[in-house]
Amino acid sequence: MRRAAGIVLWLAAVAAALAVFLLLPHLVSDFHTRDLASAGAFFIAIVGLNLLTGYTGQISLGHGALMAIGGYTTAALVVHEHWRDVWTIPLAGLAAGIVGFVVGIPALRLSGLYLALATFAFAVAMPSLLKKFSGLTGGTQGLRFLESAPFQVTGLKGTVTVFGHTTTQNHFLYYLTWGIGLLGFAVAWLIVRGRFGRAFRAIRDSEAAAASSGVNLAAYKTLAFAISGVYAGVAGSLVAIQSEIVNPLSFTVLLSILIVVGAVVGGLGSLPGLVLGALFIQYLPSIAAHVSTRQGVPEFVYGAAIIVVIILLPGGAGGLLRRLAAPLTSRLYTRP
Amino acid sequence: MLLAFDWSQLAQQTVIGLSSGGTWALLALAIVLIYRSTGVVNFAQGELAMLSTFVAWSLVHHGLSYWGAFFLTIALSFLGGVGIERAVIRPVERAPVLTIVIVTLGLVFVIDGIARWGWSSETRSLPNAFSTRPIDIAGVAFSIQDLGNIAVSLGVVVLLGLLFRYTKLGLALRAAAVNPQESRLLGVRVSWMLALGWGLAAAMGAVSGMLTAPALASFDQNLMQPVLLYALAGAVLGGLESPIGAVVGSLLLGVFVNLVGTYVGWVGNDLRLPVALVIILGVLLVKPSGLFGRTAVRRV
Repeated sequence: MRRAAGIVLWLAAVAAALAVFLLLPHLVSDFHTRDLASAGAFFIAIVGLNLLTGYTGQISLGHGALMAIGGYTTAALVVHEHWRDVWTIPLAGLAAGIVGFVVGIPALRLSGLYLALATFAFAVAMPSLLKKFSGLTGGTQGLRFLESAPFQVTGLKGTVTVFGHTTTQNHFLYYLTWGIGLLGFAVAWLIVRGRFGRAFRAIRDSEAAAASSGVNLAAYKTLAFAISGVYAGVAGSLVAIQSEIVNPLSFTVLLSILIVVGAVVGGLGSLPGLVLGALFIQYLPSIAAHVSTRQGVPEFVYGAAIIVVIILLPGGAGGLLRRLAAPLTSRLYTRP
Repeated sequence: MLLAFDWSQLAQQTVIGLSSGGTWALLALAIVLIYRSTGVVNFAQGELAMLSTFVAWSLVHHGLSYWGAFFLTIALSFLGGVGIERAVIRPVERAPVLTIVIVTLGLVFVIDGIARWGWSSETRSLPNAFSTRPIDIAGVAFSIQDLGNIAVSLGVVVLLGLLFRYTKLGLALRAAAVNPQESRLLGVRVSWMLALGWGLAAAMGAVSGMLTAPALASFDQNLMQPVLLYALAGAVLGGLESPIGAVVGSLLLGVFVNLVGTYVGWVGNDLRLPVALVIILGVLLVKPSGLFGRTAVRRV
């Protein structure tokens, strides 16, 4: 009986989330749909980072660089090889996954903030590296889809027709991004509750205890980096597709920091809160700019909001959701 | 591709490297100071130093001499550091490391905002602390400013070392960092020691900023961003645990980066930072806790 009630509650939550996902573009303007699509790309990167930091305990301040790998893979395939933009997404994920795996190997020797600083260095170095290899990356100019390969951009004519349904380009980008986002979320959920997730959490809680229980530390830590890299690569690819241009400024250190902020605000080691984390980093800059356009005020509001949220919500939005849902769920799970 | 080689150029470039390495060392030391007491890297250290430098600029602008402004700014920065620790770090003192790191990242924006709000975005300059005249030592011309920077940096490092080594306050600061629980039992006010640590770190950052700015033709609110990156790199190179390591690491890095930038053609000015970062990654792979760091032994 209780189990059935739990399943019903769970299904209701999933149905509500799906309904919001499907209906939201029709409730806001076309322009705002594009912002939501951009938040969706953040969401994907945050879900990936959460697998690495929230579940495996490895802090990465360099996810913007992995997103750059994905974004540039997409851009290079579109501009140099004339692939259609959306078909490059899997390859962008794969490329960033491989780079993530490679980054994960030296990470085995580092822990805590040393790892954070090493990945931070990766993010800092990325823009200069992109400028240096200008043959492939277009240097400071970057790669422009519309000028170099306009026919590969989906929805250039303003509308997109998928399976007989015609929507605007912004709606298409929204459904594409959040569709991939929800899929990625479901995969992350499956990973987290399976044997991989168990191994990840064991490593996070105590590396020594995990190793002595037979968890292969090297394999699982690099695996976490690789999986996280795939998410970052897909997110970077979507950023490139949405903005139709990549340049070294598309993937700065700031982006890496924002992804971490989004993951912490959303709640590390929890999945549902991450949507709020993504919306937080998407909308905070424009909200901060609304307060006053006087020089310096947006930056101040921006930073202050991050600090206040962190102090007020130590467990992130995920922790808050858990606390709000506790009266409901504890009735379901505790025996009288 | 090596350019024509001569010894006096090598000596000059080494001193220039030591001079910038010295200013990085002060910021690196500030970072290490906070890391040792709280296990957190303060990403706002550079912006704090930038704000201090702007305060110094205003003091000079209102008629103070460089050195008058220098010491007044150090005192103000110390108070500011203590204040910030009390206001925003105290509430998250017991939170996980990543949470505190995010708070310091938030502080980066807040301080940047304050500096942009209080001081317009036009570029400005600080007067030189030392004569810009070159001085001839053994037939090689060095700039007095570079030598002065090195002297001030090392002087601050020695003063800090004396404070920690020979005063009761220094003992309390070290005790609070090494074993907070036991220090508390022995009557050390650990929480206030952390605040004092932030104050000292802010004061050292201020010195770093005030030495960095005059060397540039002009500066703006982005003054300390590259310095912070080099300081982080220097601190990691030496080992985040070790104050000596931070100083030696930063000086080595300063010399290395300057020589590589001068002598290796394809590095030039653009790739100095990435090259430095790659070297550090290499060092970390061989010695994961830096040149002077101890390997942590953990009880299960």
